[in-house]
Amino acid sequence: MHMNRLAAVAAAVTLVAGCSSGGAQQSAAPSSSAAQNAQNAQKVALTYWNWVPGMDKVVAVWNTAHPDIQVTSSTQAGGDDSATKFLTAAKAGNPPDLVQAEYQALPSFVAAEAVADIKTAADPVKAQFSEGIWGLVTLGTDAVYGIPQDSGPMLLYYREDLFKKYGIAVPKTWQEYADAARAVHAKDSKVYLGTFSSKDPGSFAGLAQQAGGQWWSISGEAWKVAINDEPSKKLADYWGGLVKEGVIDNMPYFTPEWNKALNDGKLLTWPSAIWAPGPLSTNAPKAKGKWAIAQLPQWNAGENFSGFWGGSAVSVSAGSKNKEAAAKFATWLNSDPEALALLVKEGSVYPAATKGADLLSEPPAYFSNIPDFWKQAAGFGAGARGFTFGPNVNVAYNAFKDAFDKAALNKTSFSGALQSVQDATVADMTKSGFKLAQ
Amino acid sequence: MSVSRRGVRARSAYTYGPLGLVPTGVLLVGAVYCLFPVSWVVIAATKTSGELFSTSTFTPGTGFFQNLADLAAYREGVFWLWMLNTLLYAGGGALLSTAVSAVSGYTLAKYRFAGRNLIFNILIGGILVPAVVLAIPQYLLFAKVGLADTYWSVLLPQILHPYSIYLARVYAGAAIPDSLLEAGRIDGASHWTLLTRVALPLMGPGMVTIFLFQFVAIWNNFLLPFIMLGDDGKFPLTVGLYTMLAAGANHPSLYNLILIGTFLALIPLIALFLTMQRFWRTDLSSGAVKA
Repeated sequence: MHMNRLAAVAAAVTLVAGCSSGGAQQSAAPSSSAAQNAQNAQKVALTYWNWVPGMDKVVAVWNTAHPDIQVTSSTQAGGDDSATKFLTAAKAGNPPDLVQAEYQALPSFVAAEAVADIKTAADPVKAQFSEGIWGLVTLGTDAVYGIPQDSGPMLLYYREDLFKKYGIAVPKTWQEYADAARAVHAKDSKVYLGTFSSKDPGSFAGLAQQAGGQWWSISGEAWKVAINDEPSKKLADYWGGLVKEGVIDNMPYFTPEWNKALNDGKLLTWPSAIWAPGPLSTNAPKAKGKWAIAQLPQWNAGENFSGFWGGSAVSVSAGSKNKEAAAKFATWLNSDPEALALLVKEGSVYPAATKGADLLSEPPAYFSNIPDFWKQAAGFGAGARGFTFGPNVNVAYNAFKDAFDKAALNKTSFSGALQSVQDATVADMTKSGFKLAQ
Repeated sequence: MSVSRRGVRARSAYTYGPLGLVPTGVLLVGAVYCLFPVSWVVIAATKTSGELFSTSTFTPGTGFFQNLADLAAYREGVFWLWMLNTLLYAGGGALLSTAVSAVSGYTLAKYRFAGRNLIFNILIGGILVPAVVLAIPQYLLFAKVGLADTYWSVLLPQILHPYSIYLARVYAGAAIPDSLLEAGRIDGASHWTLLTRVALPLMGPGMVTIFLFQFVAIWNNFLLPFIMLGDDGKFPLTVGLYTMLAAGANHPSLYNLILIGTFLALIPLIALFLTMQRFWRTDLSSGAVKA
């Protein structure tokens, strides 16, 4: 138990990939696998679990061009549930061939030996992705556990009209953001500059990345967990202070209450990711055309940092009988210009591939007031830095929701809440048998 | 003295005294409590996405038909497929479950055989185990025999339902007189004839109850199909609507489509209850007399 699972997995997967090409490694049917392989050589059927809107149409294009590799896309519920479901299916020996893996869920897939190393197929397209994003699918190892599909660099969304009304300037630093929050709330006690959501650890993780946090890292054979590192503590106390002062609201994002506040102009900013036009257009349709974007406020004036919120890769299941074909499809889907164009058009995906940005010319309808929305957004998000996610992000995120819920409600110390997230995460990893560096 | 007391009692039983309104009031509060969320769904289903979060809760919106058209067009009408799947799971599952429960309940009530009480006690124990706890072990077992992600994986676990068997046993015990079965036996009826000609017709109302219970339970079941099914073409409404809700943070949530979908999902249930209601009423009254 006390060994580095990640390294062990990498070795095992490499071995398997080395000795058989796309061979069935399910122990259930060793005698029939040869016959199956012979059949598979002619025609391959792949299943693909994802929650990208319009994926059926993208897959149809591939299926027409590749009669020998037919992919069936199956729409699943997104997020944490999907990760749990995939892990259960993998454990039962019944996984889909391809799966959409959120970056923060991928390490848990790797630790459970549920996804395959597809280095051979992935290497030729490596150059099409930025180093930071590629690190999210290699987890700092030599293996490649998926092809990046979309990413969510963060920027600041703000109500241009209401900024004018309340006479505040776009904050360049978090200090200015705090001052603006006080100024706005002093002018109208019903209006807040923003809100701290204790229900969205992904957003907090993105801001921690911007601040320079490194929640997980692999050092040699062991994991290092530092959710309570200095940058993250600073970040927690910053928001905790504003919530305690009462100048920042603490309603969670994506709730009816939040939707209403956005519609009514009671919330003036949203530090969010590049995909925000999607949720804004459905949750705050009344504010269409009134928002503008800016760089995320910085911790030190003159810096140029951002973080990532969201984003996912396409991984090949370790239990798939047709790994090679699946890897081929995953590579095509996320690097071929035609596929990328369809992902952008049908799925409103912000492609992770660097050339994907060129495909986005028309601004989203919600931001028709900013003709060069994508160019601006890409510029503001260019300084985004990520960090390695650990194998139990779900545990950490649940601990975050519990601890910060309480802290926001009782207006107690946010860095104390962060400490309890760290403790819960470390305790879970110890219990699961991961080796931890001190 | 005794006459006047009887008079008071008679009056309070048949006319509305000051206390007579209390039960009515309690029931009304209960009805409002139950119907409030339903009426919210009905009203919200009429709102466009713009109206949903900006107009007040009980102001009807203007987007009912637009929502309906959008839902019908969503992924080329996959909603109707989910509706058909749900009808298959709930209708087929409830029918099979009713058949199994009726036969088992009748047998347990009217036949004496070795291990009868043991079987019945195990069934009672089964009532105490929530179906939710069984979903994942069932998935692992179905995956092993290659039945996961099939229609059977959702139908089979819901056919054997201990509570329904328990209900059927209690009902059969009360509704089928032993003398009737004995008369049949004297006339030379086989077990099969006794079951189909004597027992089942008498158990009709009880079977309707079991059918309705199971139909609603399967209609509303989320966890089992969520775990069992990977192919979105086999999803029931609960899981299908959930995929529309949890479409990931970076995609707009389709609230108005989900609401109209929920509204449409209510209709078959309401229709079923309205049509089956009279059987249920017979059931309650006959149970009361025979118990």
